[in-house]
Amino acid sequence: MFLSMGAEATIELRDGMVIKKRLPKGYRLEALDNLIRRDRTRTEARLTSESRRNGVPTPIIYDIEDFDITMEYIEGPKIKDIITPRLSSDVGAVVGKLHTANIIHGDLTTSNMILHNGRIYLIDFGLAYYDNSVEAQGVDIHVLFQTYESTHNDHEELISAFSQAYRQTFSGADAVLERVTQIERRGRYA
Amino acid sequence: MTNTSGPIILGIEGTAWNLSAAIVDYNDVITETTATYSPPTGGIHPREASQHHADHIGSVITKVFLEADGKGINPSDIDAVAFSQGPGLGPCLRTVATAARALSLSLDIPLIGVNHCIAHIEVGRWKTDAVDPVVLYVSGANSQVLAYRKGRYRVFGETLDIGIGNALDKFARGAGLLHPGGPRIEELAKGATSYIHLPYVVKGMDFSFTGMSTAASNALQSSLLEDVCYSLQENAFAMLVEVTERAVAHTGKDEVLLAGGVGANMRLQEMLKIMCRERGIKFYAPERRFMGDNGTMIAYLGLIMYQHHTFTSISQSHAWPNYRPDDTPVTWRQD
Repeated sequence: MFLSMGAEATIELRDGMVIKKRLPKGYRLEALDNLIRRDRTRTEARLTSESRRNGVPTPIIYDIEDFDITMEYIEGPKIKDIITPRLSSDVGAVVGKLHTANIIHGDLTTSNMILHNGRIYLIDFGLAYYDNSVEAQGVDIHVLFQTYESTHNDHEELISAFSQAYRQTFSGADAVLERVTQIERRGRYA
Repeated sequence: MTNTSGPIILGIEGTAWNLSAAIVDYNDVITETTATYSPPTGGIHPREASQHHADHIGSVITKVFLEADGKGINPSDIDAVAFSQGPGLGPCLRTVATAARALSLSLDIPLIGVNHCIAHIEVGRWKTDAVDPVVLYVSGANSQVLAYRKGRYRVFGETLDIGIGNALDKFARGAGLLHPGGPRIEELAKGATSYIHLPYVVKGMDFSFTGMSTAASNALQSSLLEDVCYSLQENAFAMLVEVTERAVAHTGKDEVLLAGGVGANMRLQEMLKIMCRERGIKFYAPERRFMGDNGTMIAYLGLIMYQHHTFTSISQSHAWPNYRPDDTPVTWRQD
């Protein structure tokens, strides 16, 4: 069964497993395109598993081939469609664990989070990498707050619920949240 | 009077290098006059650019009124004066705001301060068939992916450091090319024979260009200028198109609109067209004169704001250098 066509991959459900295929992009030079797709496929498989070993709910990876990953199917609604301050606080706790493990997700949006059995699963680790710097963690959260602002109306409440839980699970949280405000100002024309 | 219908608006643009004034009504541009600042060497110097605007604003306004007069429109027929309030270079914005206030007072008509980014979007919607697009807005200082949702143009992704145009210009200056660098890089790229790998930096919905620009400058020590220009374009534009596509997938919209001066680049247009074709959605780009900074877009956004009674008092008409598109309630669109 065909589940969805995201921006960079198709998601297929087969025998209870998800097959994610990164398709070639015609607008990108072939050499660059292959490099990006192969690199992201490998990264995704590696860091999805590594996050799981650090207590962050993610799908189990079964197999990986050039541009395809076979993984566990996580059934449930996207956080994008059901977000509340309560859930945003759970998101804060999950991201806190991820950053404690020195992993940067690279694409923290509410579309990349699924609620399953009362737990928040992170998916889509294609842009993830290892880093323990305040800057990298700050950009990670800046990206999430931008989704809050662009997609959800009560973003201030969501941000404060997130921040509280993030502070409780991650010891470096204060410095990171401080950096997020600086990052916001930086890219903005002034 | 010719057969114009509805309000007639004068708009003045002058956020950076281009000083431009236009008079429009709902049907079309009635007249537009432009004076462009071009630095003798290097890039745009804010003080020099504002001095240029101050020197030329009188003649630009005079000319636009004269041309309008030739079409049967008198200054007394103008219903409001719109000006680019920001974002932009402070000294340039102040020059334009001063001229706009003076005109508003002397003609006794309302003043409308408009957001420059949103003016780019609205002129694109006016001059193409785009209705509710994801917008890729790329210019010297700005690089943003925007879309309308619930009363605002939301920024879905943007640069984490500098705009794509500035990144290209910076590289071009280092390579000894004249300002503006973009068109020269586009021309040189056509003579390339191989692709050199450069940093490809997409972080979620955001992109960053400074590392890429520096790597491109360094690559000049061991590679041909043509190859570096080509690689720089391929790399940077792929990043922009990728984020645009992510915003399309995220919002579920089925149109893409290109705006801003860098939009004139044919390779960027081609890449967006391919992406839209592969996704089965529509691509729109207005003709070139409406892509770079122009007075028409300011006048046109002023016109729709006028129709929705959105005015700016003198006390609120200060220059606003870091005025973001999502700071403005979009009173003229319904969900």
